[in-house]
Amino acid sequence: MSALSFLLQTIRIAIPYLLAAAGGVMSERVGIIALGLEGLMLSGAFGAALGSYYGGSPWLGLLGALAAGLIVTSVLAVATLRFRANQVVVGVALNLLVVGCTRFFLRLVFDSASNSPRVPGFGDDVSGNAMLASFANPVVWIGLFALPALGWLLYKTPFGLRARAVGEKPEAAATLGVAVVPLRLKGLVIAGSLASLGGAYLALDQHQFTDSMTSGRGFIALAAVIFGRWEPMRVAVACLLFAGAETLQIQLQGAQLIPSQFVEMIPYVLTIVALAGVVGRSTAPAALGKSE
Amino acid sequence: MKSSLYKLASAFLAPLVALAIAAVVGDLLILSFGQAPATVFRLLVEGTWGNPYGLGQVLYKATTLTCTGLAFALAGRAGLFNVGAEGQLAMGGFAAGIVGMLLPSSVPAVIATLLCLVAAMSAGAAVGAVPGALRAKFGASEVIVTIMLNFVVLALLNWLVAAKIHVPETLHTPPIVAGGVPRIADAFPAFHGSAANWTLIIAVVAALVSAWYLFRTRAGYELRAVGLQPDAAEYGGVRVSRVLFTTMCLSGALAGLGGMNFVLGYKGYYEEGFAGGAGFLGIAVALVGRNHPLGILLAALLFATLSQGGLAVNALVPKQLTDILTAVVILAVATAVPEVQRQLRAAASSAASSLAGAMRREG
Repeated sequence: MSALSFLLQTIRIAIPYLLAAAGGVMSERVGIIALGLEGLMLSGAFGAALGSYYGGSPWLGLLGALAAGLIVTSVLAVATLRFRANQVVVGVALNLLVVGCTRFFLRLVFDSASNSPRVPGFGDDVSGNAMLASFANPVVWIGLFALPALGWLLYKTPFGLRARAVGEKPEAAATLGVAVVPLRLKGLVIAGSLASLGGAYLALDQHQFTDSMTSGRGFIALAAVIFGRWEPMRVAVACLLFAGAETLQIQLQGAQLIPSQFVEMIPYVLTIVALAGVVGRSTAPAALGKSE
Repeated sequence: MKSSLYKLASAFLAPLVALAIAAVVGDLLILSFGQAPATVFRLLVEGTWGNPYGLGQVLYKATTLTCTGLAFALAGRAGLFNVGAEGQLAMGGFAAGIVGMLLPSSVPAVIATLLCLVAAMSAGAAVGAVPGALRAKFGASEVIVTIMLNFVVLALLNWLVAAKIHVPETLHTPPIVAGGVPRIADAFPAFHGSAANWTLIIAVVAALVSAWYLFRTRAGYELRAVGLQPDAAEYGGVRVSRVLFTTMCLSGALAGLGGMNFVLGYKGYYEEGFAGGAGFLGIAVALVGRNHPLGILLAALLFATLSQGGLAVNALVPKQLTDILTAVVILAVATAVPEVQRQLRAAASSAASSLAGAMRREG
C-alpha cells in the first residue's frame, strides 16, 4: 500500500463527508440542528441518479441532486422556520421521509426495490488510472474547497457575520436590523445544496442509486461537525481523519488486526468524548435548536 | 372549564389535523401509482383490523412501539430528547436473549421470564445512563450523544454476535432455553400465525406504571418540574442533574423492555437488526400520543397499523407508502402542535380582551 494510494482513497471516501459536513456547519451556525443531513444526502443521491439517467449526463445529475435537496430543504424550512416545530423531531422525521420516498419512487420510476439502472458518471471517458480518473469529477473539487470556502464566507463576509450572529443570539441580531428568518433560510438552502451534492457524489461514483446508499454518512458528517467544534477547517480535518480510519480499515481488511465494527465506532466515540469535554470542550452555537 | 376545553382541544386537534394531512398525501401518492385511494385504504384496514392474523400482527408491533414511545415520552416530560431508543431496544433484546440462553431449563417459567425482564431493562438503562451522566455532569447534548451511541451500541452488538456467539451461517444467537413468553395464539387459536405474545400485557402495565410514576409520585412531579422549568425546579429544591440522570436510565429501561417482544415472545433468539427502526418510530408514537402514557397506547396502535398495513397493500402500491405516511404524520404533528397552541392562545386572549371590554362598557 503506497502512501499516494492511501491518500487518494482517503480523499475519495472523504468527499461526501466534506460536503455534508459543510452543509452541517452552515445549518448549525445559523441555529438549525443538522439532524437531517442523512436525508438530504439520500435525496441528493436519488436526484442525481434520476437526472443522470434521464438527462444522459452527470451534469444533469448534479442538477437533479440540487433539485431534490431543495425540495427536502423546503420541507425543513417550512417546518422549522414558518411553524417553529421542534428541530430534533423534524430532523428525524425528514430522514424517515426521504428513506420512504426514495424507496417509493424507486419502485415508481425504475420498478425496482433495490437499485436504479446504471447511470452515467464523471470521468467515464478518462482512461488509465482509476484513482486519478476520479479527479476528473467536479464534485471532488467542490468537496475539497467547500469547507475552506465556507470558512471564508463565515469569517470574511457580511453574510457570515450576520449568520454567526443569528446562530448565537438571534434577538441581538434582529435588534441590529438583521432579518433572522430570511437569513436562516439562506443558510438552509446553502446547507441543503452542499449535503445533496455529497449524496450526488455517491450515486455518480457508483453509477447507480441503491436503497439507503448513504448508510449513516450524514451522521458521520454531523459527528465531524461537532468533533470539529463547528469551525470549518477543524471540521475538514475531522472528515479527513474519519475517512482515513475507514481507508485503513479497508486496506487492512486481510490483516484482521481490529474488528471492522470497532473502526466503524471511531467517529461516534470521538464525538461523544468531545462533547463530554475530555479533550477540549466543544460548545455549540448558543441559539442552536431554539425555535422561538 | 375553559382550561379543560383548551387541554382537550390541544390534545386532540393537532393529531387529527396531522391525520387529515397524511390522508391527503397518501391519496396523492396512491394516485401517482395509478390506484384508487379508497381501494387501497380499504385493503389497509382489512389487512390489519379485518382479520385475527392482521390484528395479531398489529398488536405485536404495537407492543414494541409502546415501549419505545414510553421511553421517548418519559424523557420528553423531563425536557430530554432520547433519540437513542433504537440502541437501548437492541441492547435490551440482546440481554434478554443471553440470559434466556444461559439459564438452565429447570428454572420455573415465571422466574426465568422475570430474570430476562430485569436483564432487558437493566441493559437498556445502562445504555441510557451514558447520555444521562454526560448531560447531568458535563451538560453534553443528550440528542447528539444518544444518536452517536446508537451506532456504537449496534456496532458492538454486531461484533459480539458475529465474532462470539452466533449460530453458524446466521446473524442470530443460539435459541433461549428459558424465559420465553407464550404467544397469544396459544390461548386464542384464532390468532394463529401472528407474532402477538403476552409481552403485550407487560407493555400495557409499563404504560400504566409510567402514568402512575409521572402523575402520582413525588419523583414524577420533580421530573415534570424539571421539564417545565429547570431553574424554578432547582430553586424549589429539586436536584436537577440527578433527575436528568435517573430519567435517562428509566427511559432506557423502558426501551430495553421492548426488546423482550421480539426476542422472548417471537423468535426466541436475538437477531442482528431486529430493532429495525422501532426505536425511532417511538418518537412518532410519543409525539402523537402527546407524551401521555395512555395516548401512547393509542398512538402505538396507529403506527403499528400503518406498518402492518403497508404489507397488506403491497400488491397495489409499494409498502413504503405507509413509511412516508408515518413521516408525514410526525412532521404534521410537530408543526401543528405549536401552531394549534398559538392559535388557541390567541383565541383565548382575544376572547378575554373582548370580555374585559364588554365588562368595562357595562360598568
